[in-house]
Amino acid sequence: MVKDQEFLEKKASYCLALAKKLGATETSVIVNNSVSETVNFRNNKLDESNRSDDLGISITTYIGNKKSSISSSNLINDNLNILIEKCVETTKNTPEDEFNSLPDKDLLAKEIKDLDLYDDTHIENDQKIDYLKKLEVAASSNEKIINTESSFTQNKSNFILVNSDGFCNGYKTSSFTSSSVTVAADEKSMERDYEYSSKCFLKDLVDAEELGKLAADQTIRKLSPKKIGSEKIAIIFDKRIAKGLLSTFASAISSSAISRGTSFLKGKINHKIFSDKINVIDKPDMLKGLGSRNFDSEGVKTDTLKLVDQGILKHYLIDTYNGKKLNLKSNGRCGGTSNLYFDNGNISFKDLLNSSPKSLYITETIGHGSNIVTGDYSVGATGFLVENGEFKYPINEVTIAGNFKDMFQNIYLANDLEFKYATNSPTMMIEGMVVAGK
Amino acid sequence: MSNFFEKSDLSRNEAEKIISDTLQKCDDGELYLENSKSESILLDDNKIKNSSYNSDLGFGFRAISGEVVAYSHSNEISKNSLKQSSENLKSTLKSVKGTYNHEIPKSNKKYYENINPIEQKSLNEKIKILNDVNNYLRSKDDNVKQVTANFLGEQKAIEIIRSGGETLSDVRPLIRFNVSVMLEKNGRKETGVYGVGGRQSYDAYLRDDNWKNVCDEALRIASVNLKSKPAPAGEMKVVLGPGWPAILIHEAIGHGLEGDFNRKKTSAFHNLMGQKVASDGVTIVDDGTIDNRRGSLTIDDEGTPTEKTVLIENGVLKNFMQDRLNARLMKTRSTGSGRRENYRHIVLPRMRNTMMLSGKHTQDEMIKAVDKGIFAVSFGGGQVDITSGKFVFNCTEAYEIVNGKIGSPIKGATLIGDGPSILKEVSMVGNDMMMDPGIGTCGKAGQGVPVGVAQPSILINKMTVGGTKL
Repeated sequence: MVKDQEFLEKKASYCLALAKKLGATETSVIVNNSVSETVNFRNNKLDESNRSDDLGISITTYIGNKKSSISSSNLINDNLNILIEKCVETTKNTPEDEFNSLPDKDLLAKEIKDLDLYDDTHIENDQKIDYLKKLEVAASSNEKIINTESSFTQNKSNFILVNSDGFCNGYKTSSFTSSSVTVAADEKSMERDYEYSSKCFLKDLVDAEELGKLAADQTIRKLSPKKIGSEKIAIIFDKRIAKGLLSTFASAISSSAISRGTSFLKGKINHKIFSDKINVIDKPDMLKGLGSRNFDSEGVKTDTLKLVDQGILKHYLIDTYNGKKLNLKSNGRCGGTSNLYFDNGNISFKDLLNSSPKSLYITETIGHGSNIVTGDYSVGATGFLVENGEFKYPINEVTIAGNFKDMFQNIYLANDLEFKYATNSPTMMIEGMVVAGK
Repeated sequence: MSNFFEKSDLSRNEAEKIISDTLQKCDDGELYLENSKSESILLDDNKIKNSSYNSDLGFGFRAISGEVVAYSHSNEISKNSLKQSSENLKSTLKSVKGTYNHEIPKSNKKYYENINPIEQKSLNEKIKILNDVNNYLRSKDDNVKQVTANFLGEQKAIEIIRSGGETLSDVRPLIRFNVSVMLEKNGRKETGVYGVGGRQSYDAYLRDDNWKNVCDEALRIASVNLKSKPAPAGEMKVVLGPGWPAILIHEAIGHGLEGDFNRKKTSAFHNLMGQKVASDGVTIVDDGTIDNRRGSLTIDDEGTPTEKTVLIENGVLKNFMQDRLNARLMKTRSTGSGRRENYRHIVLPRMRNTMMLSGKHTQDEMIKAVDKGIFAVSFGGGQVDITSGKFVFNCTEAYEIVNGKIGSPIKGATLIGDGPSILKEVSMVGNDMMMDPGIGTCGKAGQGVPVGVAQPSILINKMTVGGTKL
């Protein structure tokens, strides 16, 4: 059972009081508990069960503009006493920074909405096993599938955030996640792919058979890939890859990258950085949203932001520290975005495939090839060659490269947005990128 | 040694009893206890941005029957908590009838000292060095627009209690010092990053103003990149410099030789044991026994002493890296490669320090042998798809080679290749084997562990370079 609010609040208040006694002028404390139960299957048999019970506390103390922090998983008071003393001592010895402070009181969240983020349902391991059995039968039914690994996780979490300005809030969240990774083989090749579903509520989770079948289909179609030549080509990003470009955009507009001058989007507020029709929205109050929240990790209220309106950058993602540095108010984005998405485009997936006589449809990228200082992008890619709207054959061992400044100006979106992750994009096409192959 | 039962209502004897009771008739398993302390001090944008300290305590209880692993972890070392974990394990492994394998090799060798690096240098001294780094770099070059420098220090004490009460323990120090610098000139920005580290005190790396070397290297890389032009796109010859570029070895073949993927037959290497997988002259080892290296371990996270495991000898595949579970199922022995990020995670077979040994060629010979290609000196990181064997790594410092001569620097680009075939494309192995500076972290199944790599310069006949210039 996940610890209740009373337990977390008691620990947090104890730390707040002790830090004050030891000389901290301001303090914030987060206490969290997370209980996860996972069952893994492999090739239609039980492979692993895993239960984790994680407790954690993090404390930040301020003395004027000096700041330091500690964290621990050992919540016994004896240990907390030692750590808080150490934290206050370190704070005294850390140089001042004029921008260090708790958030402005008038920005703290006052209203806590019920965003429907907690499902009390408990699913026993035997029920997880039933789900996984069905999933794996579906995933392994085609003889080309030679290995299946599937997983079901139930997570229940609770947290509280307390600060010395009187903020004290927290709430429970839950998630139910199932996934399947399948390996397929033919004479020439061996390929792997996956499918995944994660929801706040058990009843919303994707059907086991559907998930298994999808994982298998997505793997089998990758068999016997070819390598193509190097050329300039239109790239279509599957939704699961397109969302990654949106995450890179989010890190490039974080107030920390902006204030440090290490983003290619510095100084671009009110500039047109995307093509005309692109809107990017961050909406924290979506019911059952995987990224939903009532306040950010400093307790600041979070409103919906239209980050990009008709291609024009309207907001950075601002926390208290970097906001002060930039002379801007926090917009409740300490810890990043909530439910971030591109609005739908106005053409169908099919029309998007058809919009270029020849394109590369990317289903997986590997490598860490996004540079937010320069905007340069270069990653390994796997996918399919598309000609006249038809998937011709699988492609691998190629790279795709470009620069985000140009790529963002050339984005076209389909109208197939769905909320599968916390960050979501419709299928995306970008013209004028370079594929390197043979 | 950390006394894990000191402030608990659970005595060591009671714990041993619960362990033995839970693991009887299991094939293997143990209670793993961990107490780690770590610090992070960060200078960024002319200020000490962060000074933080973490103390982490917990246990992970594992029971194995056949292929099935049951695991339960918690932060609370208490009677209730361990009993609850025991119940969780028993409920997964309903009808076990194995024989517990008590055998575990012993060794008295230690590859690092029992020190706590965090306590060996005061906060004020560390802050002073970070400020010195900042001032040094900013005064050295007017184009320096951003400096980030940080210290990471850790001491991790572990104890493994096996069925019957056998106990194995280790105390592991680890430090890292990193510098990142951004230059801006004529509206163009580029960064350079460099770092050092290992299982020693900070002073082993920083005495006599040694930190200046780290700064100079970061600045040099950033300056080179400021002059870089777009990288080429397509297949060409690639010369890799010695040291850190060995993450090619780590990604291209290292992961593919981990026992779990081969037992499950999902690795592109699973049916290649004893076969030729690399050119003559290519020998690759995974070595956990080098003093004070980042990837070294006295014992692994199952208590097995580490060793130097020969993976590929003169081109022929000789061994996989094994933990106890995969070794038992593949009817071989553990190579001391069972590792976990911390008590929250199950053990997996992992790399330690993965190294390609020296050959006889010089780097000069390699450059001269290339008409059109690239010379890659420094890398950011890499990734592999175990099953298809395709791997990538990202250059952070590279040059074009034209007619046997090193030319202009080129922008960072991803290189992609095929693991099982890339080592057959190695046509020269250098005589200049070098260890990396001690900064690598390997990720697998969501777990990061410190690793090392080493290699001499090598010439690869054909790789795809992911630039933008056609």
